[in-house]
Amino acid sequence: MALILSINGRQRTVDSPPDTPLLWVLRDELGLTGTKYGCGIAQCGACTVHLNGQAQRSCQAPIGSLAGVRITTIEGLGGAHPLQAAWVKRDVPQCGYCQSGQIMSAAALLARNPKPTDEDIDAAMNGNICRCGTYQRIRAAIKDAAGAGS
Amino acid sequence: MPSAPSPVKIDRRRLIVASAAAGGALLVGCKPADLLSAGAPAEDFGAFGPFIRITPDGWVTVVNNHIEFGQGSHAGLAAIVAEELDADWDKVRLVQAPANAKVYGINGIQATGGSSAISTSWDVLRRAGAAARVMFLEAAAARFSVPDGELDVKDGIVSHAASGKQASFADLLADAAKLTPPPAPPLKHPKTYALIGTDRVRRKDSRDKTTGSARYTQDVRLPNMLTAMVAHAPKFGAKVAKVDDTAARQVPGVVDVFRIPTGVAVTAQNTWAARCGRDALKIDWDETKAETRSSDDLAADFRDVAANRGGQVKWQVFAQQGAGGPASGAFQATYDFPYLAHAAMEPMNCVAEIGGGKTKLTFGSQIPTMDQLNTALIVGTLPGSVEIETLYAGGSFGRRANFKSDYAAECVHIAKRVGGGRPVKLVWTREDDMAAGFYRPLVHHSVRVARGADGLPEGWGHRVVTQSIMKGSPMPSHGVDATAVEGVAGSPYLAATPNVTAELALMDVGVPVLWWRSVGATHTAFVMEHTIDQLARLAGKDPVDYRRALYAKAGAAGARHLAVLNLAAEKAPWGKPAEGFVQGVAVHESFGSVVAQIAEVKLVNGVPRVGRVVTAIDCGIAVAPDQVAAQMEGGTCFGLAAALYGKIDLKDGVVQQKNFDAYRVLRMNEAPQVETYILPSTHPPSGVGEPGTPVIAPAVANALLAMTGKATSSLPLVRT
Repeated sequence: MALILSINGRQRTVDSPPDTPLLWVLRDELGLTGTKYGCGIAQCGACTVHLNGQAQRSCQAPIGSLAGVRITTIEGLGGAHPLQAAWVKRDVPQCGYCQSGQIMSAAALLARNPKPTDEDIDAAMNGNICRCGTYQRIRAAIKDAAGAGS
Repeated sequence: MPSAPSPVKIDRRRLIVASAAAGGALLVGCKPADLLSAGAPAEDFGAFGPFIRITPDGWVTVVNNHIEFGQGSHAGLAAIVAEELDADWDKVRLVQAPANAKVYGINGIQATGGSSAISTSWDVLRRAGAAARVMFLEAAAARFSVPDGELDVKDGIVSHAASGKQASFADLLADAAKLTPPPAPPLKHPKTYALIGTDRVRRKDSRDKTTGSARYTQDVRLPNMLTAMVAHAPKFGAKVAKVDDTAARQVPGVVDVFRIPTGVAVTAQNTWAARCGRDALKIDWDETKAETRSSDDLAADFRDVAANRGGQVKWQVFAQQGAGGPASGAFQATYDFPYLAHAAMEPMNCVAEIGGGKTKLTFGSQIPTMDQLNTALIVGTLPGSVEIETLYAGGSFGRRANFKSDYAAECVHIAKRVGGGRPVKLVWTREDDMAAGFYRPLVHHSVRVARGADGLPEGWGHRVVTQSIMKGSPMPSHGVDATAVEGVAGSPYLAATPNVTAELALMDVGVPVLWWRSVGATHTAFVMEHTIDQLARLAGKDPVDYRRALYAKAGAAGARHLAVLNLAAEKAPWGKPAEGFVQGVAVHESFGSVVAQIAEVKLVNGVPRVGRVVTAIDCGIAVAPDQVAAQMEGGTCFGLAAALYGKIDLKDGVVQQKNFDAYRVLRMNEAPQVETYILPSTHPPSGVGEPGTPVIAPAVANALLAMTGKATSSLPLVRT
């Protein structure tokens, strides 16, 4: 039974069973491997994507629930997003594995709150773990991007 | 890993049996590197040798014999070559070296660890870059008909000032490539460096790591690939007794179910099917030989050994001075440290293709030489014939450097069974990863100090009780297992103490243990630095002044410590914390570098919150200063996570923390603001990836001591 999902502005037909988490459909079926697996229980944020513009954990979103939902992944951010430029400018990544999720959480934050305070950043980003400990550069890069957008 | 990889002690008998099975030559009397690279295909590395490739478009490709897993080897190693070559930094890129111990090994082993990527490549890459530069100079001298001494090289352009002639590396490539690299090219004096030590040295992987295009093991997709998951025993050492795979085989997408040495493997068409299949297995486990003790009982046992049962274990003395350390009647403290999981963001995984004339692994291989050897032993082939494509790894912190290649070997067993060269990707879930062991060992320290009239230690008695990381490893430790005691051994405080006895007892426990970012320093730094603050307090002295006195007394052994302490104290400045915060100081040497930190700490709802952390480091020449800062920032977060929350418990042998809900790590709101100051130096580079990790825990504990008057006797600080 095929399902149609709207991913990065394209209609994609997928064959996975409807209870399959979006994460694995993106990665295994569609080859969109920028979205990472880290914990599987919505604790780490590595799998963060946008569902109708909201940052959500794709490991917790069965594809059967996503008909008509606009799905955006790191690949859909385009590469020239101000956050991505800010990330490169400050050499934020270390191992890099969590950074897709970090950027997607930050992008959703800036979309609804173009000038976030430190507290806003804490609240939006606390669901995203970085074991390399790049947090202070992430915070600085978010502020850079917020400044660039003004 | 230890800072300099030791020569590998190979199980020759098994290797010879394996290679004979593969029709290989009898490999007796060879050097380890020859043995470990036996069967490797002959390679033509090109005109500039195995570490540098230059293409007609003028791009310089540096072949990285170390993995990139966050530590920034993709910045620093490239910069070393670019500096000596005078290449255009914007036209330098990196590729991962293939596995080949003879070409890319250090002491016969190709590995990344011990914070040594820069230090062990320093000479090799400088010479490679300088040799290539000489070749371009000679090619240009011939073309311009001028002496090569009149030529300059900058940003990949060779120029002759007097005549105004110039040519790029691309222009000169064909001629330069015909020359032979000089064996001993002149190297630059550090004072003339134009790139090394500047903030122009940036990561070459940042762009790929912000667009989702960087390729990790988890991302490998190959035609006809199977995905595998394994059901592991719930207790270390348990074996499969009985399997009911009826339900697992009914899961759509599941291809096969079979036993392997480490459990029961499920192969499937995709990850989710593999997971559903694996979770549907019903397995009875034979726990006859399993470790069934609880970590609380083990910790109590370690304490009892140190305090009461000293006669029942073998003590190895690793420091002895003067009349020996006091047995009792002086300052006494004990410290307990739990098991810690590495919990890298990318759970362990591996891709293997075995059969049909192919033995290939594709993954984040941290010790390719060991991974080749372990694969060869399973498959029955020569280690050099095992091809390894090393990818980015989503962290490791020591976990991927495993003598047994545990997860890679597991994948090899599965791929061997699948056969035909069909690719198999082994995926561990977070729970698999966290419950698989190879933890930072459980550790107990007991310390007894006699004080002189000046308040400084006059006698120091020290016992360490833990498990051995090096036991059973092919990298033999000479004498005492240094990974258990480094940091007590070599401490400037002991050098400043007339009478010392320090001893180690290693306990047999069936929980696999491994190095964890900064290894022995994860506990020794805490013990030494927190003890010093307690002693300073008893003496009524300021902790910074008390350290200064000890470093002065230690002489050369304390000189670098004193320098970084003074730098941190000046920059903080010491004695002037931000409002509402209390300062704590700690200093520790590991992997050849010395780090001092002054942390500002306050309590928020009873939980320590760290604000600003001023860090001073002496790491010799800082090749990539911004990456040194990044490693200080990251190492501090890693150490702080463990200090506040890190703990793996076993209950009756079963691991209790299996995911980030129970194994709490640092998050954005808890991250400190780390400021890094690098001590200027002309000494060769020393470690950076690990030395930033162990200092924050004692700095925080020392701040809490100053704040509350209470010392800390065990980690983590926060019990949940």
